[in-house]
Amino acid sequence: MNRTSAVRPVGPRRVKGNRKVSRRIANTTAIVIALLTVFPLYWMVLSALKPDGEINSVDPRPWTWHPTLDNFRDAFGVSGFGGYFLNSLIVATVVVVLSGLVSFLAAVALTRFDFKFRTTILVMFLVAQMVPVEALTIPLFFLVRDIGTVAPGFGLSTLGSLMLVNLAFSLPFAIWMLRGFVKAIPESLEEAARIDGANRFTILWRILFPLVAPGLAATSVFSFITAWNDFVFAKTFILDTDHQTLPAALMVFFKPDENDWGGIMAASTLMTIPVLIFFVLVQRHLVSGLGGAVKD
Amino acid sequence: MTTTTTPARADRPAPAPVRPRGGANKTKSGRRRSWMPLWLLLPSAVILIPLFGYPLYQLGLLSFLEFGQPQASAGEVAEFVGFDNYSTLLGDDQFWDVLSQTVIFAAACVVATLAVGAALAVLLTRVGKWPRLLLLFAALGAWAAPAMTGSTVWMFLFDTNLGLVNEVLGMQGHNWFYEKWSAFALVGVVVVWHSFPFVMISLYAGIESIPVSVLEAARLDGASTWTTFRHVMLPILRPILTIVVIQSIIWDFKVFTQIYVMTGGGGIAGQNLVLNVYAYQKAFASSDYSLGAAIGVLMTLILLVVTVFYIRALRRSGEEL
Repeated sequence: MNRTSAVRPVGPRRVKGNRKVSRRIANTTAIVIALLTVFPLYWMVLSALKPDGEINSVDPRPWTWHPTLDNFRDAFGVSGFGGYFLNSLIVATVVVVLSGLVSFLAAVALTRFDFKFRTTILVMFLVAQMVPVEALTIPLFFLVRDIGTVAPGFGLSTLGSLMLVNLAFSLPFAIWMLRGFVKAIPESLEEAARIDGANRFTILWRILFPLVAPGLAATSVFSFITAWNDFVFAKTFILDTDHQTLPAALMVFFKPDENDWGGIMAASTLMTIPVLIFFVLVQRHLVSGLGGAVKD
Repeated sequence: MTTTTTPARADRPAPAPVRPRGGANKTKSGRRRSWMPLWLLLPSAVILIPLFGYPLYQLGLLSFLEFGQPQASAGEVAEFVGFDNYSTLLGDDQFWDVLSQTVIFAAACVVATLAVGAALAVLLTRVGKWPRLLLLFAALGAWAAPAMTGSTVWMFLFDTNLGLVNEVLGMQGHNWFYEKWSAFALVGVVVVWHSFPFVMISLYAGIESIPVSVLEAARLDGASTWTTFRHVMLPILRPILTIVVIQSIIWDFKVFTQIYVMTGGGGIAGQNLVLNVYAYQKAFASSDYSLGAAIGVLMTLILLVVTVFYIRALRRSGEEL
């Protein structure tokens, strides 16, 4: 892990001293940059906890002696953020679960089997990630509107419509990423299970699935983020306030020239926390998970 | 998009591996040939063909129609107009303005993201355990922050009257979003803040994966730090670098939420429009759906070119497709 210490040559004392100084400078720089990077998040939480008087002061301070949950209370009470939060959570959870299952099956097909057009399909999943989703919102709007006439649960202003489109747009990346994890599992394990008489279904769910689980966790972060952060679909498809999700609902707080910053920061904090928790939980797998793209 | 799988073709013999190098250590003969992969791909196809492939086709189709408010809500029949939307677009000065500022904005974001990400990746290899963990977790936080909340927080920090930055700089009353490039710069900062962690962590992982013995050997041979970097580390890191560069290009070319939220849908008189927001506004604000679709098609084509480079880079890095 600590490569630098291994590389350090045995040199004369003076050089060692210089190294110590440069090491200290590097450490300080890293700490300063870390603090700068995290500062906006600190400022967000801090402002969410500040009383109104301090938020609207033209003399903002980087601390507060009077932390209050008023902004959160207002967000939940007056602005109905609890409902939006729940909507976001429902959509994201459904997308994560379905996208995990579907992408697992596809990833197995693309790594464990050889068939015609396998490469073509893979390249398509890659290309699909480049498509500007916002532009696709135009035809999708009409599609969702038409779906609504046959299946009202998935039409405009329904959570179902958001589940569908976010599922579709999280899949290509999920499959691509999960493929790396499936590939990393030695085929000999399945081979052994097959010799022991396990059928394909058993191999898939009893052998492969548990082994891919950590990768699935990392992949699910990205599916979660796709659904949780989605702003453009929610803004376009959801035309009533009851079915709004967090990002689009946050726009409600924006008023020309008199933004309720306390409320906005409280809502932003609520929106950031689930993602942050998710990230920290799977951070070990993130880098290896991007393996589909970043490895070798 | 993913419509080419037809069941009848599955059981045919597999084609020879296209390029059997790099990760091609998997025994081809060990793979089963059956209908199984089609069953496994079926759920994906059921979701992606109607919700991704079909809309993509519709996007293309729309761009050749006259499709505005009467067609969208009154159900009037849309007329086929050939390349009319495209010629309208290419003859419009605003389109060229938006295209050029999209390219400039994206390029600046890519360069800044890579510079910051790479510099910090190198820094990470030279610091102690605690500063390293601190920086990694701070970066994780910025990475995790949704585009929406990142935008709101930075807007608050740079708020005209109540923002911390204006207070510290003694510039209260200064509106950062009033001037075109200052607004772009601010959005750019947020984009970089969101995306440098990916570059930093990827490159750091890449540097860490270089065997110590290789660097040791270079050092024993008397190579300077620069020579070691240029001739030992860079070639090893090149595949990761390429991927990180192209991913950044694709992301930064498609920035939507930050621009839309921070500049209020494209800035004063549309001065901060980028292609993505432009397409959206043309369609949903001006009800000119076919023109919006045409912008979307042009954007997709530009990104497709980038993607071709991406796939070539992946192939070269030994990724087995």
